[in-house]
Amino acid sequence: MVARALSGGCCSAALARLRPFFVASSAVILTAAPFLAIPALAAAEDARSSTLTATARDDQTTTTDEQIVADIDELIRSGWRSAAVRPSQPATDAEWCRRVFLDVIGRTPRVEELEAFWADRSAHKKRELVDRLLDSDQYVEEYARHFSAIWTNLLIGRAAGLDRRSLVNREGLEQYVRLALLHNKPYDRFVADLVAADGRNKPGEADYNGAVNYLLAAQDDAQGIQATAKTSRLFLGLQIQCTQCHNHPFNDAKQSQFWAMNAFFRQMRPLRTLDGDDIVSVRLADQDFAGEGGNPEDAEIYYELRTQELAIAYPTFVDGTTIPKSGFVEDVNRRDELAKLIVGSEYLSRAIVNRMWSQFLGYGFTKPVDDMGPHNAVSHPELLDRLARAFVARGHDLKSLVRWITLCEAYSLSSRLAEKKAIDDPEAGEPPLFSRFYVRQMSAEQLYESLLSATGAKQVLSEADRERVRREWLSQFVIAFGNDENGEATTFNGTITQTLMMMNGELTKQATECKPGSFLHEVATSDAKDDAKVRQLYLAALARQPNGRELKLAQELRRARGGDMIGALADVWWALLNSNEFLLNH
Amino acid sequence: MSGHARFTDCMTRRHFLSHLAAASTLAVPAASFTTALRANAADLKRRHKAAILLWMGGGPSTIDIWDLKPGATTGGLFKPIATSADVQICEHMPQTARLMHHLAIIRSMSTREADHDRGRYYMHTGYVPNPNITHPSYGAVVSHELASELDDLEIPPFVAVGGASEGPGFLGMTYAPFVVSSNGDVRNLDANLDSKYRVRLGERMQMLAALEKGFVAQRRGRAPEDHAKILDKTLSLMTTRQMAAFRVADEPPSVRERYGNHDFGRGCLMARRLVETGVAFVEVDLGGWDNHTGVFTALEGNLLPRLDQGMSALVEDLDQRGLLPDTAIIWMGEFGRTPRVNANVGRDHWARSWSAVVGGADIKGAQAIGATNEDGTAIAEGSPSFTSEDLMATVLHALGISLDKSYISLNGRPMKIAGGGHVIEQLFA
Repeated sequence: MVARALSGGCCSAALARLRPFFVASSAVILTAAPFLAIPALAAAEDARSSTLTATARDDQTTTTDEQIVADIDELIRSGWRSAAVRPSQPATDAEWCRRVFLDVIGRTPRVEELEAFWADRSAHKKRELVDRLLDSDQYVEEYARHFSAIWTNLLIGRAAGLDRRSLVNREGLEQYVRLALLHNKPYDRFVADLVAADGRNKPGEADYNGAVNYLLAAQDDAQGIQATAKTSRLFLGLQIQCTQCHNHPFNDAKQSQFWAMNAFFRQMRPLRTLDGDDIVSVRLADQDFAGEGGNPEDAEIYYELRTQELAIAYPTFVDGTTIPKSGFVEDVNRRDELAKLIVGSEYLSRAIVNRMWSQFLGYGFTKPVDDMGPHNAVSHPELLDRLARAFVARGHDLKSLVRWITLCEAYSLSSRLAEKKAIDDPEAGEPPLFSRFYVRQMSAEQLYESLLSATGAKQVLSEADRERVRREWLSQFVIAFGNDENGEATTFNGTITQTLMMMNGELTKQATECKPGSFLHEVATSDAKDDAKVRQLYLAALARQPNGRELKLAQELRRARGGDMIGALADVWWALLNSNEFLLNH
Repeated sequence: MSGHARFTDCMTRRHFLSHLAAASTLAVPAASFTTALRANAADLKRRHKAAILLWMGGGPSTIDIWDLKPGATTGGLFKPIATSADVQICEHMPQTARLMHHLAIIRSMSTREADHDRGRYYMHTGYVPNPNITHPSYGAVVSHELASELDDLEIPPFVAVGGASEGPGFLGMTYAPFVVSSNGDVRNLDANLDSKYRVRLGERMQMLAALEKGFVAQRRGRAPEDHAKILDKTLSLMTTRQMAAFRVADEPPSVRERYGNHDFGRGCLMARRLVETGVAFVEVDLGGWDNHTGVFTALEGNLLPRLDQGMSALVEDLDQRGLLPDTAIIWMGEFGRTPRVNANVGRDHWARSWSAVVGGADIKGAQAIGATNEDGTAIAEGSPSFTSEDLMATVLHALGISLDKSYISLNGRPMKIAGGGHVIEQLFA
């Protein structure tokens, strides 16, 4: 069964499945608006849907994208039914297009891209756009840049590598991630690379391996404590840092488990080459570990219990799997073994599915997204299972995951509230139902790229310089705490600092100064009528047409400028770029 | 266009908005997104209380600063010295020692969060982190409660110098900290807006106001509304004369030298200027206390000299200007550090027994509240112990803020102000 494209298609598919019941309930169907029909058919659909899901689950190997998307839709809808919540209407084509450009390649669409999508009459145009954004030569670089920033920030934070004395070469990690994304490296191999990486950290050096920068960012303590906590949280979705010192207060995690995981990192050594006080080069390597008792054949570690007694730990994975106790790298490379165990664990796929879902939908199935376990309720447990297994069956293909999520119904909904009061309100702490698209701030990276795209100036800088300028701009919002957790904060989200930057900053100035070659200049000096010019600006910034009142206001501005249309357009453009509608992903 | 000549460079927000209404030739009436225009804000006389939090990021080793154990194996390398009060503190804090009659040490802080992120959140909000609610931090609570007395304040009521503090949580972004660096430069703030630009800005703001309102009317959630409020605050910041409060460089060299030629010293000096102007809460960050290795060299060589200089200058300056009775001072970090010195001559995270310091406003200085045992490994028998909630309740009480208040968080749950903590009575006896 093929799920049709989303605006309205899902409902007809639902009706088609229930043909035998159609006659009996026809009175209800005819009088109700499309989405309202779903609750009326609830009882009938429930019986069918559970069979549907069971079939899909059993038939992994021949599961198509369409099948998976249909299952996602059904499982989300069953959540709406249980909560008796009416979902919002579908988003408009333009809203959806803007959203998917922002979320897949990290910027708003240009006018011609938007108009091309509108004009497309294909029944599968959403699928085709997503495919183009992920795979075509035209867009794959932008996709890789967007997600390499997301991954780099996740792996080492926003502040790492900016300090002169840092072991981390930020560029090295970004490069590694970007290449992995360009070549669509399977996620399990990506994780294995990062966990087991050795080599030098800077591009251009012999045996350079950008992936080492992930663990090099977690070397503030000499015992791999930070590396343990971060690896477990990021890749397994398990937060064990509390159990470094004591058993977890409200789940079953034990202190012994933390140290058993930590033991995997004890052969790991960052080797610095110094020139005076300056770090010239860093190599991450694995060296023989003699164990804290001094017997490398039986290389144990000690940790202190709350009673101040010492306990012993050997490398043991979270599921209890052990490896040989030798500390000799030749016998057992502990990080290699850890990488295999992580990649073979069911936690891996659940954690990445949860994270990717939250990346696109604003919230994951658990809160926080990387604290999964029996202590933390899952909002859609069947859906999480389904997606996790589909992801593994698809060879850990990240692009497939992006396709399933962007083409599902929940992602296609409008962000306008369906009811008077926000019933589905995860911001207030409730579990999300995904009955509408949750409005969220653009990230600093998305805003930067969107402003650049909106400015439309020709690319004169080299790639390296472009990245440097971007990094400098992004760093203005980052505050590093300088503690052993690499804590950091951002002043970007909805603050006065961000607004000052938007109103008076360099990027806005460049976008609105109407230099020849810029988008604004092109629009302003074209032959089109005034209203058409204003329309271009609205399409570029907000992906919609201006309404009558807005066109009138623009005309007023022109009068106020003494007829200077170019000046008036610059004003309109400034206002559009500073508006909440531009800055938010809705 | 007429009306330019009426502009001066130092324009208050009221004048800006009224000019906008009068001189603009846009037919659409001036959209104002603020409520009422205020009375003349020219020379603000601060009538309300304020608080300054000296935040020691990383978890300071309080056993080496405020509660020394010279005889014990945990005693470390420093010796205690006498002070102007009946307490002894570290020998490397001599200038602060002269001012201890203004300050009280709470030696029996006992908390449970020894993780940086959790500890910082807990000490700033009085609540442990919860994935479903973001609680408001000190500065947001204080500015929210004192809001009615801050009508004439045109700069943000909550300022964080040199660090990010914690956010406003469910109180909303209008109570977020305004983060600045200690040199007083605010990036992207065009201090000298010329008159032509101001008129143009006014017209652009009208266009923007229409866009904002239109989008908010589409009912897509809270984020669009929050943005509109922040625009208003930002405009205020761009046009007010009170921005001068951030300009630490305007102080005479002798004053700047007294505070110290480093970020923390400048931050403390900025804090004094800000509370003078009417800011309700200033947080000044001094980071680098996460001394898992080489704690004594780090303290003696780097951290304590700067702390001593900046903190003592601030207390003394506030006192000499008559501001101390209206300004509460808090000194603390996420937690303390282990009594036991580790193998790297450092101390690790320790929340079980540590010190915080308070003073100013109605708080009685010249005393130590609570005690730890002989080697600092536990609260002394018979001594009361205090939590972040208690400390917050105490500070709010000193500022004249009622503790009977409950907030309603976004999901409708009532949350007691200061997490329901108890005032430390001994500090007000």
